[in-house]
Formats: sequence, structure tokens, C-alpha cells
Amino acid sequence: MDIPYTVKPREDTGLFNAKVGIWLFLASEVMLFGGLFSSYILLRVGAEDGSWPHGWLNVPLGTANTIVLIVSSVTVVMAWASLKMNQFSKFKLYQGLTVLCALIFLVIKTFEYNDKFTHYAVLQKDGSYVDGHLVTKKMNAAGTVLESITLHGMQTKDINQIVDPHKHRKEKHEHKEFTIAGTNIVRFADVAKVGQRIAFRPVPSMKDAAGNTLMIGNRAPRYNTYTAIYFTLTGLHALHVLGGAIVIGFLWGPGAAMWRTEPERFTNRVEVSGLFWHFVDLVWIFLFPVLYLL
Amino acid sequence: MSHDHSHGPGAATHDHAHDIEHVRQSVKKYLFVFYALGVGTIITVLASYVDFGSRAANIAIALLIATVKAGLVAGYFMHLISERKLIYSLLTCTFFFFGSMMFIFIWGSHDFPGSASLKILTTFWR
Repeated sequence: MDIPYTVKPREDTGLFNAKVGIWLFLASEVMLFGGLFSSYILLRVGAEDGSWPHGWLNVPLGTANTIVLIVSSVTVVMAWASLKMNQFSKFKLYQGLTVLCALIFLVIKTFEYNDKFTHYAVLQKDGSYVDGHLVTKKMNAAGTVLESITLHGMQTKDINQIVDPHKHRKEKHEHKEFTIAGTNIVRFADVAKVGQRIAFRPVPSMKDAAGNTLMIGNRAPRYNTYTAIYFTLTGLHALHVLGGAIVIGFLWGPGAAMWRTEPERFTNRVEVSGLFWHFVDLVWIFLFPVLYLL
Repeated sequence: MSHDHSHGPGAATHDHAHDIEHVRQSVKKYLFVFYALGVGTIITVLASYVDFGSRAANIAIALLIATVKAGLVAGYFMHLISERKLIYSLLTCTFFFFGSMMFIFIWGSHDFPGSASLKILTTFWR
């Protein structure tokens, strides 16, 4: 039995069935991302004043990715329009470019993610912080005691410069390598004595000889509320980019054989996959300012 | 609004030439939307470096630009400016619940009594 209404519109809806299907799916997607946006709002307004990070993400990279997605949104709609105008070779070009854009987006995202996992902040016994990217760390032979950690970054006494680098962007700091001995790092239990605010959860594996956790923070999702919701939102979004790229890539490659047998049905498939892709772009239009700029 | 020119599936042959001409017109709109989205992105980034008096003002402006951009994508790329009634009904329901969900945090306000930003937001509800 043939699947009904793949091409012909249903009398009551006036639409081919897949279109109703994708819109129902997108409605559920709006609620999925909506739930996470709602969580973001709660986490943000519930955060202690001055503890929500600003300017932790790379704005030029985020802007580049926004442009990449916008370009892909145009190419995906142009691919569909090319089929409507009977220009199959143009369709192949635009559809291919869309997949390429999706891959560029994911590559840029990978670099951004990696940056967060290697970004540390250390509270020293003199009350100053060193904030920067991991160069190397030395553990004892058993791997249980941190002997020293080397970061490339800057030193400051003001925690606000670490939490909100956006606000303090005009202040110049010397960026260089700092090697900090484990014995020179404040124990988690002594933070109050140093008179510093806790701006991050310490990494539990970084211990001194007595087994105390040292005040070394990291921007990986498990140590910070902001990066936790950042990774959740952008991770789910990146999965959508990957899923979209697979479907669009299929319609570009083996799936395109349908153009010869059922061109109208194929055009509808391309339209439906395009609707999904535009939704992915739409989510990013909100994610970008919310996470990168505000 | 519900009369769908742009992508009436299975258009009869005598409509075909008309259909192609219509798509050709749409392509011009797509390019216009593309430029508008690019400009919108640049404005959003630049606006984030301007202090509009308070963080709330900056957030409002950025979200306003994002909403306009999203409207362009949904309206033109997703063809929502000329779609069937069923889709509009479906999306109306979706956005009612989506909108409601954005204010759910209000019920958590007493769990965070110390947060000044929450105090500002919940002032409207007291």
C-alpha cells in the first residue's frame, strides 16, 4: 500500500501529510528547547549577585558560527527553490553547501568546547587568582598529589575580573605562563580565611599531600552552573545540527535518486528537511545573544 | 493568508509556469532576508558593547533584535507568512505554552531570597 498524501494535499488540512508531521515535531522541539531556556532563566536570576559569568565565550567565533548558520539557511531554501524551478544541478550545489556549513559549524564548536575544558583558575595563598589555559600539570608518582600546575593567562586579586571579563575588558593584564606550586594553593576548606568569594567549584582530583582539595576551578560543565547550562543548550543544539546534516546529506546523496522517479515527493522531502534546518537556525538566533553576549 | 501559492504540492500542470515564476520571485526575498539576518547579527554584537543604562535594557534590546531575526526566518524561509490555517492553530497553542513556560521561574522565587535580580522581576507579582 502506498503512503497516502505524500504529494497530494489532504482535503481537510490542505497540506501533504509530512508537512503537518514536521510542524507537530517542531512544536514539540519548541517545548524541549523552551524547557531548557526556562531552566536557564531560573539558574540565572537565582544566581548570587555577581556570580553569573559574562564574556566567557569567544564572541568572534560565536559570530562566525551565526553567519555560517545563516548562510546554510539560505542555501537550504535555495536548494528547495532550485527543485521547484527544475534545476537539479543547482539543487545539488546548494544542498552540498548546506552540509558543508553544518560541518564548519560543528568544527568551530569543537574548538570552543575544548577551550572550556582546558581553562582553569587557581586561588593562591596570597589571595590572588591565576586564570588561564592549562599548559601542564605535575602530579606525584602515584598521581594523587598535585605538585605544580602551569597556566598561560593572567594574574589578578579581583575575582570579578575572572567572573566578568566582558565588563573588565578594557583593563590590560600581562598574559604569560605561571607555574604555581601545589603548596602555594589555598585549600578549599580555607577559602573563607583568605577572605575570597568562591567563584567556582574546585576540581576534586587536584589534592595536596594531606588529601585536601585545592582551590582550582575549571570551566568544564561539572564545575560551573553557567557552563553546565551552556553545554546542555549548545550540546543539544549541536546534536540537532548533526542530525540535520545527516538527513540533508542523505537527500543530497543516495536519497536524490527519488528525483528521477517521484520528483514532487522528493521536493516535498527537501522542503520538510529544510523546515527542520530553519528551526535549528532559529534556536541559534536566540542561543547566541543569550549565552555569548548578555 | 491560508491560500498557499508558494508551494502548493502537486500543482496541476497548467499552474506549473505560474508556480516557477512565483518561486523566482521568492528567491529575491530569500536573498533580502539573508542580508537582513547578517546585518541583524552585526547589530546584535555591536549593541552588546554599548551600555544602555542597565543590563535589563541590554537584554531587552538583544532579544528584540533576535525576535525580529527569528520572525524573518520563520516568515520567509519557513513560509509562515502564507501557510495553512492548521499550522497557525498548531503554532498558536505551542507559543501559548512556550510563553507560559518562560515565567515558571516565578514559582521558584522563594528558594532564592537573596537574589537582587529576582527581586526586581518578582516586584511585579507582589
